[in-house]
Amino acid sequence: MEVVVLVVVIVMLLSAVAVLLFKDFLAALAAMSVVSLGLSFLFVVVRAPDVAMTEAAIGAGLSSLLFALALRRLGLWRGQ
Amino acid sequence: MRRFTAALFLLGLGVMIAAIYQHIDFSNTAVNAGQAINAVAAEETGAANFVTSVVLAYRGIDTLLELTILFTAAMIGGMVLGRRRVDAPRDPDAGFILRTGADLLFPLLLVVGLYIILHGHLTPGGGFQGGVILAAAFFLPLLARPGITLIDQRVVSLVEGLAGATFISIGLLAMFDGKEFLTPLLDKGELGALISAGTLPILYLAVGIKVGSELAGLLAHLAEAEALD
Amino acid sequence: MDILDSNTILYIAAFGLMLIGISGIVISNHLMRIIFGIALLEAGANLLLMLSTYHEGAAAPIIVDGNVPAMMADPVPQALVLTAIVIGVGILALALSLAIRVQRAYGTLDMREVRLKLEQEISADAGIDMPSSSEKPADIAKVPLNSVVQQESGS
Repeated sequence: MEVVVLVVVIVMLLSAVAVLLFKDFLAALAAMSVVSLGLSFLFVVVRAPDVAMTEAAIGAGLSSLLFALALRRLGLWRGQ
Repeated sequence: MRRFTAALFLLGLGVMIAAIYQHIDFSNTAVNAGQAINAVAAEETGAANFVTSVVLAYRGIDTLLELTILFTAAMIGGMVLGRRRVDAPRDPDAGFILRTGADLLFPLLLVVGLYIILHGHLTPGGGFQGGVILAAAFFLPLLARPGITLIDQRVVSLVEGLAGATFISIGLLAMFDGKEFLTPLLDKGELGALISAGTLPILYLAVGIKVGSELAGLLAHLAEAEALD
Repeated sequence: MDILDSNTILYIAAFGLMLIGISGIVISNHLMRIIFGIALLEAGANLLLMLSTYHEGAAAPIIVDGNVPAMMADPVPQALVLTAIVIGVGILALALSLAIRVQRAYGTLDMREVRLKLEQEISADAGIDMPSSSEKPADIAKVPLNSVVQQESGS
Protein backbone atom coordinates (compact mmCIF):
# COMPACT_ATOMS: atom_id res chain seq x y z
CA MET A 1 0.00 0.00 0.00
CA GLU A 2 2.78 2.36 0.83
CA VAL A 3 4.51 1.68 -2.46
CA VAL A 4 1.39 2.88 -4.30
CA VAL A 5 1.25 6.05 -2.19
CA LEU A 6 4.94 6.68 -2.85
CA VAL A 7 4.52 6.28 -6.61
CA VAL A 8 1.51 8.64 -6.69
CA VAL A 9 3.34 11.25 -4.62
CA ILE A 10 6.40 11.12 -6.89
CA VAL A 11 4.27 11.50 -10.04
CA MET A 12 2.38 14.39 -8.43
CA LEU A 13 5.54 16.27 -7.44
CA LEU A 14 7.10 15.78 -10.88
CA SER A 15 3.95 17.11 -12.52
CA ALA A 16 3.97 20.10 -10.18
CA VAL A 17 7.52 20.93 -11.27
CA ALA A 18 6.48 20.41 -14.90
CA VAL A 19 3.68 22.97 -14.53
CA LEU A 20 6.29 25.66 -13.99
CA LEU A 21 8.73 24.46 -16.63
CA PHE A 22 6.55 23.88 -19.70
CA LYS A 23 6.65 26.65 -22.27
CA ASP A 24 3.29 25.76 -23.76
CA PHE A 25 0.48 26.77 -21.42
CA LEU A 26 -1.85 24.03 -22.62
CA ALA A 27 0.69 21.42 -21.47
CA ALA A 28 0.97 23.20 -18.12
CA LEU A 29 -2.82 22.99 -17.79
CA ALA A 30 -2.70 19.23 -18.42
CA ALA A 31 0.02 18.82 -15.76
CA MET A 32 -2.16 20.80 -13.31
CA SER A 33 -4.96 18.29 -13.90
CA VAL A 34 -2.57 15.43 -13.11
CA VAL A 35 -1.67 17.15 -9.81
CA SER A 36 -5.37 17.44 -8.93
CA LEU A 37 -5.94 13.79 -9.77
CA GLY A 38 -3.05 12.64 -7.57
CA LEU A 39 -4.29 14.87 -4.77
CA SER A 40 -7.76 13.32 -5.01
CA PHE A 41 -6.22 9.85 -4.64
CA LEU A 42 -4.25 10.96 -1.57
CA PHE A 43 -7.42 12.29 0.03
CA VAL A 44 -8.94 8.80 -0.25
CA VAL A 45 -5.85 7.35 1.45
CA VAL A 46 -6.43 9.58 4.49
CA ARG A 47 -10.03 8.32 4.71
CA ALA A 48 -11.87 11.40 3.43
CA PRO A 49 -14.25 10.47 0.57
CA ASP A 50 -16.17 13.76 0.71
CA VAL A 51 -13.07 15.86 0.21
CA ALA A 52 -11.78 13.51 -2.51
CA MET A 53 -15.01 13.91 -4.47
CA THR A 54 -14.88 17.69 -4.12
CA GLU A 55 -11.25 17.86 -5.25
CA ALA A 56 -11.94 15.59 -8.24
CA ALA A 57 -14.98 17.60 -9.35
CA ILE A 58 -13.40 21.00 -8.83
CA GLY A 59 -9.72 20.45 -9.51
CA ALA A 60 -9.92 18.22 -12.53
CA GLY A 61 -13.18 19.69 -13.82
CA LEU A 62 -14.00 23.29 -13.05
CA SER A 63 -10.49 24.63 -12.49
CA SER A 64 -9.20 23.22 -15.80
CA LEU A 65 -12.25 24.67 -17.56
CA LEU A 66 -11.60 28.11 -16.06
CA PHE A 67 -7.95 28.02 -17.11
CA ALA A 68 -8.84 26.87 -20.64
CA LEU A 69 -11.41 29.65 -21.12
CA ALA A 70 -8.99 32.28 -19.83
CA LEU A 71 -6.17 30.98 -22.06
CA ARG A 72 -8.42 31.23 -25.10
CA ARG A 73 -9.35 34.79 -24.22
CA LEU A 74 -5.69 35.74 -23.71
CA GLY A 75 -4.61 34.29 -27.03
CA LEU A 76 -2.21 31.75 -25.50
CA TRP A 77 -4.16 28.79 -26.81
CA ARG A 78 -2.28 27.89 -29.95
CA GLY A 79 1.22 27.44 -28.52
CA GLN A 80 4.01 29.94 -28.47
CA MET B 1 20.13 38.95 -8.41
CA ARG B 2 16.46 38.39 -7.84
CA ARG B 3 16.76 34.70 -8.58
CA PHE B 4 19.66 34.34 -6.17
CA THR B 5 17.75 35.91 -3.29
CA ALA B 6 14.69 33.83 -4.20
CA ALA B 7 16.76 30.63 -4.05
CA LEU B 8 18.21 31.69 -0.70
CA PHE B 9 14.72 32.38 0.65
CA LEU B 10 13.51 28.96 -0.48
CA LEU B 11 16.50 27.25 1.10
CA GLY B 12 15.79 28.94 4.42
CA LEU B 13 12.12 27.96 4.13
CA GLY B 14 13.09 24.33 3.53
CA VAL B 15 15.37 24.28 6.58
CA MET B 16 12.61 25.77 8.74
CA ILE B 17 10.13 23.17 7.53
CA ALA B 18 12.51 20.32 8.30
CA ALA B 19 12.93 21.74 11.81
CA ILE B 20 9.16 21.99 12.32
CA TYR B 21 8.70 18.38 11.28
CA GLN B 22 10.61 17.14 14.32
CA HIS B 23 7.96 18.55 16.64
CA ILE B 24 4.62 17.77 15.00
CA ASP B 25 2.81 14.68 16.29
CA PHE B 26 0.20 13.91 13.69
CA SER B 27 -1.75 11.09 15.25
CA ASN B 28 -2.40 12.58 18.65
CA THR B 29 -3.56 16.12 18.15
CA ALA B 30 -4.56 17.88 21.31
CA VAL B 31 -7.94 19.05 20.04
CA ASN B 32 -10.47 16.32 20.76
CA ALA B 33 -13.50 17.99 19.28
CA GLY B 34 -13.58 15.48 16.42
CA GLN B 35 -13.86 12.48 18.72
CA ALA B 36 -16.59 14.15 20.74
CA ILE B 37 -18.55 14.95 17.57
CA ASN B 38 -18.19 11.39 16.29
CA ALA B 39 -19.68 10.03 19.49
CA VAL B 40 -22.84 12.15 19.53
CA ALA B 41 -23.50 13.22 15.93
CA ALA B 42 -25.78 10.33 15.03
CA GLU B 43 -28.29 11.00 17.81
CA GLU B 44 -28.14 14.78 17.81
CA THR B 45 -28.57 15.47 14.11
CA GLY B 46 -29.75 12.19 12.59
CA ALA B 47 -27.36 12.40 9.62
CA ALA B 48 -25.38 9.30 8.67
CA ASN B 49 -22.61 11.40 7.09
CA PHE B 50 -20.79 13.13 9.91
CA VAL B 51 -19.00 15.60 7.66
CA THR B 52 -22.43 16.91 6.56
CA SER B 53 -23.46 17.34 10.17
CA VAL B 54 -20.26 19.30 10.88
CA VAL B 55 -20.64 21.50 7.80
CA LEU B 56 -24.30 22.37 8.32
CA ALA B 57 -25.14 21.84 11.97
CA TYR B 58 -22.03 22.31 14.06
CA ARG B 59 -20.27 24.91 11.87
CA GLY B 60 -23.14 26.36 9.90
CA ILE B 61 -21.88 29.93 10.02
CA ASP B 62 -18.65 28.88 8.27
CA THR B 63 -20.74 27.64 5.35
CA LEU B 64 -22.68 30.89 5.26
CA LEU B 65 -19.48 32.94 5.15
CA GLU B 66 -18.03 30.69 2.47
CA LEU B 67 -21.11 31.28 0.32
CA THR B 68 -20.56 35.00 0.81
CA ILE B 69 -16.95 34.74 -0.34
CA LEU B 70 -17.96 32.80 -3.43
CA PHE B 71 -20.69 35.32 -4.23
CA THR B 72 -18.27 38.24 -3.89
CA ALA B 73 -15.65 36.58 -6.10
CA ALA B 74 -18.21 35.79 -8.82
CA MET B 75 -19.66 39.29 -8.70
CA ILE B 76 -16.30 41.04 -8.92
CA GLY B 77 -15.18 38.70 -11.68
CA GLY B 78 -18.29 39.55 -13.66
CA MET B 79 -17.79 43.28 -13.10
CA VAL B 80 -14.12 43.23 -14.08
CA LEU B 81 -14.71 41.34 -17.32
CA GLY B 82 -17.25 43.77 -18.68
CA ARG B 83 -19.66 43.28 -21.49
CA ARG B 84 -19.16 41.97 -24.95
CA ARG B 85 -19.45 44.41 -27.85
CA VAL B 86 -22.70 43.87 -29.70
CA ASP B 87 -21.16 43.57 -33.16
CA ALA B 88 -18.29 41.26 -32.16
CA PRO B 89 -18.13 38.07 -34.26
CA ARG B 90 -19.43 34.94 -32.59
CA ASP B 91 -17.70 31.58 -32.73
CA PRO B 92 -19.21 29.05 -35.11
CA ASP B 93 -21.19 26.09 -33.78
CA ALA B 94 -19.13 23.13 -32.66
CA GLY B 95 -18.93 19.91 -34.67
CA PHE B 96 -21.47 17.13 -34.79
CA ILE B 97 -19.88 15.05 -32.03
CA LEU B 98 -19.84 17.84 -29.48
CA ARG B 99 -23.40 18.92 -30.26
CA THR B 100 -24.84 15.42 -29.96
CA GLY B 101 -22.72 14.62 -26.92
CA ALA B 102 -23.84 17.81 -25.16
CA ASP B 103 -27.49 17.03 -25.89
CA LEU B 104 -27.13 13.53 -24.48
CA LEU B 105 -25.05 14.49 -21.46
CA PHE B 106 -27.21 17.38 -20.27
CA PRO B 107 -30.04 15.31 -18.67
CA LEU B 108 -27.54 12.77 -17.29
CA LEU B 109 -25.47 15.43 -15.56
CA LEU B 110 -28.63 17.05 -14.21
CA VAL B 111 -29.79 13.76 -12.66
CA VAL B 112 -26.37 12.91 -11.21
CA GLY B 113 -25.98 16.40 -9.75
CA LEU B 114 -29.39 16.40 -8.09
CA TYR B 115 -28.81 12.88 -6.77
CA ILE B 116 -25.54 13.86 -5.13
CA ILE B 117 -27.11 16.98 -3.59
CA LEU B 118 -30.17 15.21 -2.19
CA HIS B 119 -28.24 12.26 -0.72
CA GLY B 120 -25.67 14.47 0.95
CA HIS B 121 -26.58 13.36 4.44
CA LEU B 122 -26.37 9.62 3.66
CA THR B 123 -23.39 9.09 1.37
CA PRO B 124 -20.31 11.17 0.55
CA GLY B 125 -21.47 14.17 -1.41
CA GLY B 126 -23.60 17.16 -0.70
CA GLY B 127 -24.25 20.66 -1.88
CA PHE B 128 -20.81 21.70 -3.10
CA GLN B 129 -20.03 18.65 -5.21
CA GLY B 130 -23.52 18.48 -6.68
CA GLY B 131 -23.52 22.22 -7.34
CA VAL B 132 -20.31 21.96 -9.36
CA ILE B 133 -21.81 19.14 -11.45
CA LEU B 134 -24.96 21.22 -12.03
CA ALA B 135 -22.83 24.16 -13.19
CA ALA B 136 -21.06 21.87 -15.67
CA ALA B 137 -24.45 20.56 -16.85
CA PHE B 138 -25.70 24.06 -17.65
CA PHE B 139 -22.47 25.16 -19.25
CA LEU B 140 -22.06 22.26 -21.68
CA PRO B 141 -24.79 23.34 -24.18
CA LEU B 142 -23.22 26.81 -24.23
CA LEU B 143 -19.93 25.25 -25.34
CA ALA B 144 -21.62 23.27 -28.11
CA ARG B 145 -23.69 26.12 -29.55
CA PRO B 146 -22.14 29.49 -28.65
CA GLY B 147 -24.95 31.49 -30.21
CA ILE B 148 -27.83 30.53 -27.93
CA THR B 149 -28.47 32.31 -24.68
CA LEU B 150 -29.20 29.42 -22.38
CA ILE B 151 -27.87 31.23 -19.33
CA ASP B 152 -29.61 34.56 -19.00
CA GLN B 153 -27.70 36.61 -16.44
CA ARG B 154 -30.83 38.04 -14.83
CA VAL B 155 -32.36 34.60 -14.26
CA VAL B 156 -29.07 33.37 -12.79
CA SER B 157 -28.93 36.29 -10.37
CA LEU B 158 -32.54 35.74 -9.35
CA VAL B 159 -32.08 32.02 -8.68
CA GLU B 160 -28.88 32.64 -6.78
CA GLY B 161 -30.44 35.32 -4.60
CA LEU B 162 -33.48 33.19 -3.83
CA ALA B 163 -31.33 30.20 -2.84
CA GLY B 164 -29.19 32.32 -0.54
CA ALA B 165 -32.28 33.89 1.02
CA THR B 166 -33.72 30.41 1.64
CA PHE B 167 -30.59 29.38 3.51
CA ILE B 168 -30.66 32.44 5.75
CA SER B 169 -34.41 32.31 6.38
CA ILE B 170 -34.24 28.67 7.51
CA GLY B 171 -31.53 29.75 9.90
CA LEU B 172 -33.65 32.63 11.15
CA LEU B 173 -36.66 30.33 11.73
CA ALA B 174 -34.74 28.70 14.54
CA MET B 175 -34.40 32.06 16.24
CA PHE B 176 -38.16 32.50 16.37
CA ASP B 177 -38.26 29.31 18.40
CA GLY B 178 -35.90 30.74 20.97
CA LYS B 179 -32.84 28.70 19.90
CA GLU B 180 -29.71 30.01 18.23
CA PHE B 181 -29.19 30.91 14.57
CA LEU B 182 -28.98 27.87 12.24
CA THR B 183 -29.97 25.23 14.79
CA PRO B 184 -31.40 22.26 12.85
CA LEU B 185 -35.18 21.99 13.20
CA LEU B 186 -37.83 19.44 12.24
CA ASP B 187 -38.09 15.80 13.05
CA LYS B 188 -34.91 13.72 12.94
CA GLY B 189 -36.44 10.61 11.40
CA GLU B 190 -34.65 7.30 11.33
CA LEU B 191 -30.98 7.02 10.50
CA GLY B 192 -30.32 6.11 6.89
CA ALA B 193 -33.68 7.01 5.36
CA LEU B 194 -33.86 9.58 2.59
CA ILE B 195 -36.16 11.90 4.51
CA SER B 196 -34.32 12.27 7.76
CA ALA B 197 -32.03 14.66 9.62
CA GLY B 198 -34.52 17.52 9.80
CA THR B 199 -33.68 20.63 7.81
CA LEU B 200 -30.23 19.42 6.73
CA PRO B 201 -31.22 18.18 3.23
CA ILE B 202 -33.16 21.41 2.59
CA LEU B 203 -30.15 23.50 3.58
CA TYR B 204 -27.88 21.46 1.34
CA LEU B 205 -30.35 21.84 -1.54
CA ALA B 206 -30.21 25.63 -1.13
CA VAL B 207 -26.40 25.53 -1.01
CA GLY B 208 -26.20 23.31 -4.09
CA ILE B 209 -28.49 25.48 -6.20
CA LYS B 210 -26.68 28.64 -5.15
CA VAL B 211 -23.20 27.30 -5.90
CA GLY B 212 -24.37 25.78 -9.20
CA SER B 213 -26.00 28.93 -10.51
CA GLU B 214 -23.09 31.13 -9.42
CA LEU B 215 -20.46 29.01 -11.12
CA ALA B 216 -22.58 28.63 -14.26
CA GLY B 217 -22.96 32.40 -14.49
CA LEU B 218 -19.24 32.92 -14.00
CA LEU B 219 -18.34 30.37 -16.67
CA ALA B 220 -20.81 31.93 -19.09
CA HIS B 221 -19.26 35.36 -18.46
CA LEU B 222 -15.77 34.01 -19.14
CA ALA B 223 -16.88 32.18 -22.26
CA GLU B 224 -18.60 35.23 -23.71
CA ALA B 225 -15.52 37.42 -23.44
CA GLU B 226 -14.11 37.93 -26.89
CA ALA B 227 -11.35 35.60 -27.96
CA LEU B 228 -8.05 37.21 -28.77
CA ASP B 229 -6.58 35.23 -31.67
CA MET C 1 15.08 8.07 5.20
CA ASP C 2 15.09 4.38 6.09
CA ILE C 3 11.69 4.36 7.80
CA LEU C 4 9.30 5.66 5.16
CA ASP C 5 5.82 5.40 6.59
CA SER C 6 2.73 7.01 5.15
CA ASN C 7 2.91 10.02 7.44
CA THR C 8 6.36 11.07 6.26
CA ILE C 9 5.49 10.58 2.61
CA LEU C 10 2.32 12.66 2.88
CA TYR C 11 4.13 15.35 4.84
CA ILE C 12 6.82 15.56 2.17
CA ALA C 13 4.12 15.75 -0.52
CA ALA C 14 2.28 18.59 1.22
CA PHE C 15 5.35 20.72 1.88
CA GLY C 16 6.83 19.88 -1.50
CA LEU C 17 3.73 21.21 -3.21
CA MET C 18 3.76 24.35 -1.08
CA LEU C 19 7.46 24.97 -1.82
CA ILE C 20 6.97 24.45 -5.55
CA GLY C 21 4.02 26.82 -5.49
CA ILE C 22 5.93 29.52 -3.62
CA SER C 23 8.93 29.20 -5.91
CA GLY C 24 6.61 29.54 -8.90
CA ILE C 25 5.16 32.78 -7.54
CA VAL C 26 8.53 34.28 -6.61
CA ILE C 27 10.63 33.30 -9.62
CA SER C 28 8.22 33.52 -12.57
CA ASN C 29 7.97 36.41 -14.97
CA HIS C 30 4.69 35.59 -16.69
CA LEU C 31 1.41 36.32 -14.92
CA MET C 32 -0.17 32.99 -15.91
CA ARG C 33 2.64 31.07 -14.23
CA ILE C 34 2.14 33.08 -11.09
CA ILE C 35 -1.54 32.06 -11.12
CA PHE C 36 -0.53 28.41 -11.59
CA GLY C 37 1.79 28.83 -8.59
CA ILE C 38 -1.10 30.18 -6.50
CA ALA C 39 -3.21 27.12 -7.39
CA LEU C 40 -0.36 24.75 -6.45
CA LEU C 41 0.19 26.54 -3.13
CA GLU C 42 -3.50 26.17 -2.30
CA ALA C 43 -3.46 22.46 -3.12
CA GLY C 44 -0.43 21.93 -0.87
CA ALA C 45 -2.03 23.82 2.02
CA ASN C 46 -5.23 21.75 1.75
CA LEU C 47 -3.23 18.52 1.83
CA LEU C 48 -1.35 19.74 4.90
CA LEU C 49 -4.63 20.41 6.71
CA MET C 50 -5.91 16.94 5.84
CA LEU C 51 -2.94 15.26 7.49
CA SER C 52 -4.49 15.76 10.91
CA THR C 53 -7.52 13.65 10.00
CA TYR C 54 -5.99 10.22 9.90
CA HIS C 55 -5.24 7.92 12.81
CA GLU C 56 -3.89 4.41 12.44
CA GLY C 57 -6.66 1.98 11.59
CA ALA C 58 -9.43 4.59 11.37
CA ALA C 59 -12.36 4.40 8.96
CA ALA C 60 -14.21 7.11 7.06
CA PRO C 61 -16.68 9.08 9.24
CA ILE C 62 -19.86 7.71 7.62
CA ILE C 63 -22.30 5.16 8.97
CA VAL C 64 -23.23 2.63 6.28
CA ASP C 65 -26.03 0.11 6.80
CA GLY C 66 -26.21 0.69 10.49
CA ASN C 67 -22.86 -0.69 11.65
CA VAL C 68 -20.72 1.89 13.37
CA PRO C 69 -16.95 1.42 12.99
CA ALA C 70 -14.89 1.33 16.14
CA MET C 71 -12.65 4.26 15.36
CA MET C 72 -13.50 6.97 12.83
CA ALA C 73 -11.43 9.71 11.28
CA ASP C 74 -11.78 13.30 12.43
CA PRO C 75 -14.60 15.08 10.56
CA VAL C 76 -13.75 18.67 11.51
CA PRO C 77 -10.67 19.19 9.25
CA GLN C 78 -12.59 17.53 6.42
CA ALA C 79 -15.37 20.09 6.70
CA LEU C 80 -12.83 22.93 6.76
CA VAL C 81 -10.94 21.66 3.71
CA LEU C 82 -14.24 21.18 1.83
CA THR C 83 -14.98 24.89 2.05
CA ALA C 84 -11.33 25.76 1.43
CA ILE C 85 -11.31 23.97 -1.93
CA VAL C 86 -14.41 25.81 -3.13
CA ILE C 87 -12.99 29.14 -1.97
CA GLY C 88 -9.83 28.31 -3.94
CA VAL C 89 -11.88 28.05 -7.11
CA GLY C 90 -13.48 31.43 -6.42
CA ILE C 91 -10.06 33.03 -5.95
CA LEU C 92 -8.82 31.42 -9.17
CA ALA C 93 -11.76 32.82 -11.13
CA LEU C 94 -11.10 36.31 -9.76
CA ALA C 95 -7.36 36.08 -10.51
CA LEU C 96 -8.03 35.04 -14.12
CA SER C 97 -10.49 37.91 -14.62
CA LEU C 98 -7.88 40.35 -13.33
CA ALA C 99 -5.24 38.84 -15.64
CA ILE C 100 -7.55 39.42 -18.62
CA ARG C 101 -7.98 43.00 -17.50
CA VAL C 102 -4.21 43.52 -17.15
CA GLN C 103 -3.71 42.32 -20.69
CA ARG C 104 -6.40 44.61 -21.97
CA ALA C 105 -4.81 47.61 -20.21
CA TYR C 106 -1.09 47.02 -20.83
CA GLY C 107 -1.03 44.72 -23.84
CA THR C 108 1.30 42.17 -22.32
CA LEU C 109 1.44 39.69 -19.46
CA ASP C 110 5.19 39.81 -18.84
CA MET C 111 5.55 41.22 -15.34
CA ARG C 112 8.78 43.10 -16.04
CA GLU C 113 7.18 45.14 -18.83
CA VAL C 114 4.04 45.69 -16.77
CA ARG C 115 6.12 47.01 -13.87
CA LEU C 116 8.02 49.31 -16.22
CA LYS C 117 4.84 50.73 -17.74
CA LEU C 118 3.29 51.14 -14.29
CA GLU C 119 6.26 53.19 -13.08
CA GLN C 120 6.19 55.29 -16.21
CA GLU C 121 2.50 56.03 -15.76
CA ILE C 122 2.90 56.87 -12.09
CA SER C 123 5.82 59.23 -12.65
CA ALA C 124 4.05 60.85 -15.60
CA ASP C 125 0.98 61.48 -13.49
CA ALA C 126 2.94 62.77 -10.52
CA GLY C 127 5.25 64.91 -12.62
CA ILE C 128 8.53 63.54 -11.29
CA ASP C 129 11.32 61.58 -12.91
CA MET C 130 11.28 57.84 -13.09
CA PRO C 131 13.31 56.15 -10.32
CA SER C 132 16.51 54.66 -11.71
CA SER C 133 16.83 50.95 -11.41
CA SER C 134 19.64 49.48 -9.30
CA GLU C 135 19.75 46.28 -11.37
CA LYS C 136 20.63 47.67 -14.77
CA PRO C 137 24.14 48.98 -15.45
CA ALA C 138 24.60 52.68 -16.09
CA ASP C 139 23.55 53.77 -19.51
CA ILE C 140 26.60 53.51 -21.73
CA ALA C 141 25.38 56.11 -24.23
CA LYS C 142 25.41 58.85 -21.61
CA VAL C 143 29.13 58.55 -20.92
CA PRO C 144 30.88 60.75 -23.56
CA LEU C 145 33.29 58.78 -25.71
CA ASN C 146 36.14 61.32 -25.55
CA SER C 147 36.74 60.92 -21.82
CA VAL C 148 37.18 57.15 -22.15
CA VAL C 149 39.67 57.54 -25.01
CA GLN C 150 41.63 60.22 -23.12
CA GLN C 151 41.89 58.05 -20.00
CA GLU C 152 43.15 55.07 -21.99
CA SER C 153 45.79 57.03 -23.81
CA GLY C 154 46.80 58.88 -20.64
CA SER C 155 47.43 55.76 -18.54
